Amino acid sequence: MPKDVTDVICPFCGTLCDDVVVTVSDDNKTILSVKNACAIGAEKFNHQRLPGRVKRPRMRQPDGTYKEVSYDEAIDWTAKMLVKSRKTLMYGWASTSCQAMSIGHEIAEKVGGIVDNCATVCHGSSLIAIEDVGVPSCTLGEVKNRADRVIFWGCNPAHAHPRHMSRYSIFPRGFFTVKGHKGRKIYCVDCRYTDTAKCADTFIQVQQGFDYELLDAFRTAARGEALPDTVGGVPKEKIYEVVEELKGGRFGIIFFGMGLTHTMGRNHNIDEAICLTRDMNDFTKFVIMAMRGHWNVTGSGQVLGWQYGFPYAVDLSRRDQARHQTGETTSVDLLNRNEVEACFYIATDPGAHFPINAMISSSKKPTVTIDPHINCTTEISDVHIPVAMVGVEVGGCAYRMDNVPIETRKVVEPPEGMLTDEEVLTKINNRVDELLAKGGA
Amino acid sequence: MANKITLNLITCRTIQQGVGMEAGKTSKKYFDACTIIHMHPEDFKKLGAWKNTNVKVTSSVGSVIVKAVETREDLVPGLAHIPMGPWANRIVPAYTFSTGEPCFKGFPVDVEVATNERIMGAIEVVQDACGLIRK
Repeated sequence: MPKDVTDVICPFCGTLCDDVVVTVSDDNKTILSVKNACAIGAEKFNHQRLPGRVKRPRMRQPDGTYKEVSYDEAIDWTAKMLVKSRKTLMYGWASTSCQAMSIGHEIAEKVGGIVDNCATVCHGSSLIAIEDVGVPSCTLGEVKNRADRVIFWGCNPAHAHPRHMSRYSIFPRGFFTVKGHKGRKIYCVDCRYTDTAKCADTFIQVQQGFDYELLDAFRTAARGEALPDTVGGVPKEKIYEVVEELKGGRFGIIFFGMGLTHTMGRNHNIDEAICLTRDMNDFTKFVIMAMRGHWNVTGSGQVLGWQYGFPYAVDLSRRDQARHQTGETTSVDLLNRNEVEACFYIATDPGAHFPINAMISSSKKPTVTIDPHINCTTEISDVHIPVAMVGVEVGGCAYRMDNVPIETRKVVEPPEGMLTDEEVLTKINNRVDELLAKGGA
Repeated sequence: MANKITLNLITCRTIQQGVGMEAGKTSKKYFDACTIIHMHPEDFKKLGAWKNTNVKVTSSVGSVIVKAVETREDLVPGLAHIPMGPWANRIVPAYTFSTGEPCFKGFPVDVEVATNERIMGAIEVVQDACGLIRK
């Protein structure tokens, strides 16, 4: 008899939906159907049963083809690469558990690696801004129960966090928000009329790249000062009108995304958005939250934060001290400058998501990729170590976008003999110890 | 006579890209979702191209062949959008202004019609740039 596994955590985006129901086969090996998840989450669970999955590590041969090798062989190769290299980029971590990260960081300390996570090309700018000016934030539960003014600035949850709007921000009825959608005013600021904008009461179309100016104009309007006729393509009357409506709310929240972190201004855009939040607190309760992308990128920031004091791009090449400098220890800059001797990617696909020049630099170095599936990075790596999918075939701790830790669940058994991230990293760690005890690779 | 037009390009997620990514980087879903450039109808007129024509998009760092489609989420004329992925990243400038973040949104590109050019596969487009394809 197939059985239902309830309250499954979806390991796709930072919303970490916790109400997914997965039907699994009698032998606990195959996922038959997925309920409650969004299109992307369902696809992630369904991918588990697709044929053609790689089940053993592969090593690239001189002729460019890949040959299957044993886990031990791949782990030995990886450990030797790590010990030999004076500076290794250890990038990824956003789609694995916090337990696995912790082991990875131990390895990085021993071999002098640089640990960086996906925030580096995502919410890295936000983290810089938060370090600069702090962040008045809240949990998603508070948004659901209290928020009556919701602003989506440069983010498109309809596409990137598909259930965010129905679970927390637009539609749900909460303790103080009993009218649900009707009791909330939704604003969307974007350069495109996105699907999220279609759900909003007010759409503010900003000229691409003029977010800083518009945020600044909102602050000016909040203080009742004069504005020019248009700011970033938005007429001043609209800015004054929106600011007055925001002041009239009981609890306001700004959700922001890549529209602020990727455009010109980067961290300064976020800086300004946080300052606007602070200013609005003179009139009503106002908070701000980053729409984190990967399901556990927040967790990587947390673990790095409590271990080394920096949320991403931590340089441990001096072993006894952690250093962090954006533009210097960030992955793309390190690759642009050809500054690392080897690359170690885990639970991510920089091949698809880094600018190509960074990946050309990466492809010239010894590279190991640990990922459940074949992707653009595994195919330019020397070694690909497949692992069980965290959140589907093995559990582990993850942090939601509002920094709430949630324990993900194991739903089905991984393929026979497949190791998990934690097991692979532990074995690499042990092998590194052995090699270092012998005095190197 | 087809022209060359200059547009401001942004790259970002679409739900189709997310579904394709989870279906597998080598899947057809991923290919279909990411090998497109969303353009405004006015820009199609300026370019002198039909919808669903292959175009060559060139930035300061390189060029890539994708299919031009009419936007579903409205763009203003002059603004174009390629979903994130290895094709978009063939033309994303890697320079980060010392912030760690490359310029994924808001960089100028030239678009020209390339009807007979082939769109590369997800892995091919990365391997090709890295010089890993043996001919």
